[in-house]
Amino acid sequence: MDKVHLGDIIKSLDSDIEIKEGKQFTEINIPASNLYTLAKQLRENHETSFDFLICITGVDYGQDLGVVYHLRSIRHNHTIVLKTRISDRENPQLDSVADIWRTAEFHEREIFDLLGIKFTNHPDLRRFFLKRSYGFPLRKDFVDDINIVTK
Amino acid sequence: MKKEEFRDNESLELLKESGSNVLLTTVNDVINWGRKNSLWPLTFATSCCGIEMMATGAPRHDFARFGMEVYRASPRQADVIVVAGTIVNKMAPVLKRLYDQMSEPKYVVAMGACAISGGPFFLNSYSVVKGVEHIIPVDVYVPGCPPRPEALLYGMIQLQRKIETESIKSRRRRNASHDVK
Amino acid sequence: MEETIKEIVDENQEYVINMGPQHPSTHGVLRLVVSLKGETVKNVEPHIGYVHRGIEKMCESITYPQIIHLTDRMDYLSAHINNEAVCLNVEKALEVDIPDRIKVIRTIMSELTRIQSHQLFWATFGMDLGGLTCFFYGLRDREKVLDIFEETCGSRMIVSYNCPGGLMYDIHPNFQKRVKDFINYFRKILPEYDQLLTGNVIFQERTRGIGRLSLEDAISYGVTGPAARASGFSCDVRKHEPYSAYDRVKFNEVLFNEGDTFHRYLARIEEMRESMNIIDQLIDNIPEGPFAVKMKPVIKLPEGEYYQRVETARGELGVYIISDGNKNPYRIKFRSPCFSNLSVLNLISKDFKIADLVAIGGSLDLVIPEIDR
Repeated sequence: MDKVHLGDIIKSLDSDIEIKEGKQFTEINIPASNLYTLAKQLRENHETSFDFLICITGVDYGQDLGVVYHLRSIRHNHTIVLKTRISDRENPQLDSVADIWRTAEFHEREIFDLLGIKFTNHPDLRRFFLKRSYGFPLRKDFVDDINIVTK
Repeated sequence: MKKEEFRDNESLELLKESGSNVLLTTVNDVINWGRKNSLWPLTFATSCCGIEMMATGAPRHDFARFGMEVYRASPRQADVIVVAGTIVNKMAPVLKRLYDQMSEPKYVVAMGACAISGGPFFLNSYSVVKGVEHIIPVDVYVPGCPPRPEALLYGMIQLQRKIETESIKSRRRRNASHDVK
Repeated sequence: MEETIKEIVDENQEYVINMGPQHPSTHGVLRLVVSLKGETVKNVEPHIGYVHRGIEKMCESITYPQIIHLTDRMDYLSAHINNEAVCLNVEKALEVDIPDRIKVIRTIMSELTRIQSHQLFWATFGMDLGGLTCFFYGLRDREKVLDIFEETCGSRMIVSYNCPGGLMYDIHPNFQKRVKDFINYFRKILPEYDQLLTGNVIFQERTRGIGRLSLEDAISYGVTGPAARASGFSCDVRKHEPYSAYDRVKFNEVLFNEGDTFHRYLARIEEMRESMNIIDQLIDNIPEGPFAVKMKPVIKLPEGEYYQRVETARGELGVYIISDGNKNPYRIKFRSPCFSNLSVLNLISKDFKIADLVAIGGSLDLVIPEIDR
């Protein structure tokens, strides 16, 4: 399915989004509150049917935090990128998509561990790699004088 | 390598000369001979150096011809722990507990750049322990990333020579220093 | 007396044991907290992070050619393929044209890496199930591939042979002859492997029907690689999105339908055969040309986001770079295949015995430093 047609179908599912053509894939920017409904529709709609979640990435953009979802459809063989931003750095929250794609359980735990974004309705949100009291290393303002050695 | 070139480790030769008194020399020699020729390593491999340690036990460079016949999975039955791989902050208490569970006499070989000093992860990493000597006392360092199997064999033979120079008096001093909490 | 004993020993109680970070058969530092009822596994919870070195954060302070040395050590058994992913990503972003010679050599080295990784899988899988001979046979043959690497690239396992723009040095003059000799030798040895393990009655009893993974679960849990292809999920990146020289070779994608431990094992043995076919088609006609393209001394990617995927021996590795125009990446993320493969362990080992858990864990072929990064 070509990109224009795909963009039109997704726009019809939710009008609050912004579609942009990246260098490789179509990018969709969506506010954080509409994420879960759009994700569910993207999976269940027959024309899009994004049933494979490639990975979830957490990014620190400096002012706000962001989460990037790479989705692929096995049946139609197309890929899109779904992006959202959270402006609250003290207590960031987002809806979990773990019941739509089961692979999100581990990915969201990793983002919680390294960036501090809490996912509501996650079956088991605990820290993965680091200790409970450690900070969030992937944030740009993270400082650890004891462990990190810089030149 | 010629035998004359191999005996070029001055500190070991000095240790050997300052031995114990005449009565105990033969007893020392027999005990040391028994200990050094059957060192049983503990299976402890964290990352890439673990595969080179397995390759040292493989048919081409055989570990077993030097006496390290079996790899023991339980620390109670092992003599030497070869720390192969990166140690991170989460793994450090586990390593210390394993070392404490080993029974005397025990030796430690730090294999690979990561175990010696943090290796390629020294700069800019927030969770790597910069060298396993912060946690347990090390006997032999084997450099390389990863060290070749021949290098690990050379390190184990140096450990054997170090054991050769031990005497009953120096062993008691050495064991006492391990109990420092 | 019987009633008091029955009261004390409550058969329906769940007993929690710890297969700790240091364990002979977890293939690295993986901690499994297993809840058992009798000897039947009810719940498996993996605890990871015992080799977490913070590679993604480290990459934000180093330049692009220096990232090669860190991705090498992430999944050390497919070191060459990991490096290829980062190099392809950088070359695609800078829109650099790579000559044919480099593509063909990269493909041959990738397939040799895949054979070497599957040989180690065969060796350790047999060892886990009790057949110690497999360990010795597998590692004996793996040394031949490592000899080829050592002559050309300088190092046995951690080869930093790829770099953005091509290869570090040209291949050794002996390369073609040694590879051809190895392929002829290994083709005769593979039936020996089948005789030793695949057709063995004990092995078949221990692996047939154990740990079934269905196709829908494989897609939902994000499983890729031979573990998913054994369940019927066609996910080979070399077929769907060919890179380097994969578009000019003919090979079959190895697919089965049953999805149990035996077929995950068989998929890897068949993949070794397919790899040898690929090398056969390429080794005689390596085109002439330069072995590296001249790049700028300081590599800066234009602003934007880039994603590249390759097929390692374990599954689909994805490299996602967000660049803001500097010489260090702003954010780099590695989508590692073992991370998603591990999440399916709890599902497929329910209601099997604890000895089967070792077989299932071994058949997923996990390399823990890749999960932890």
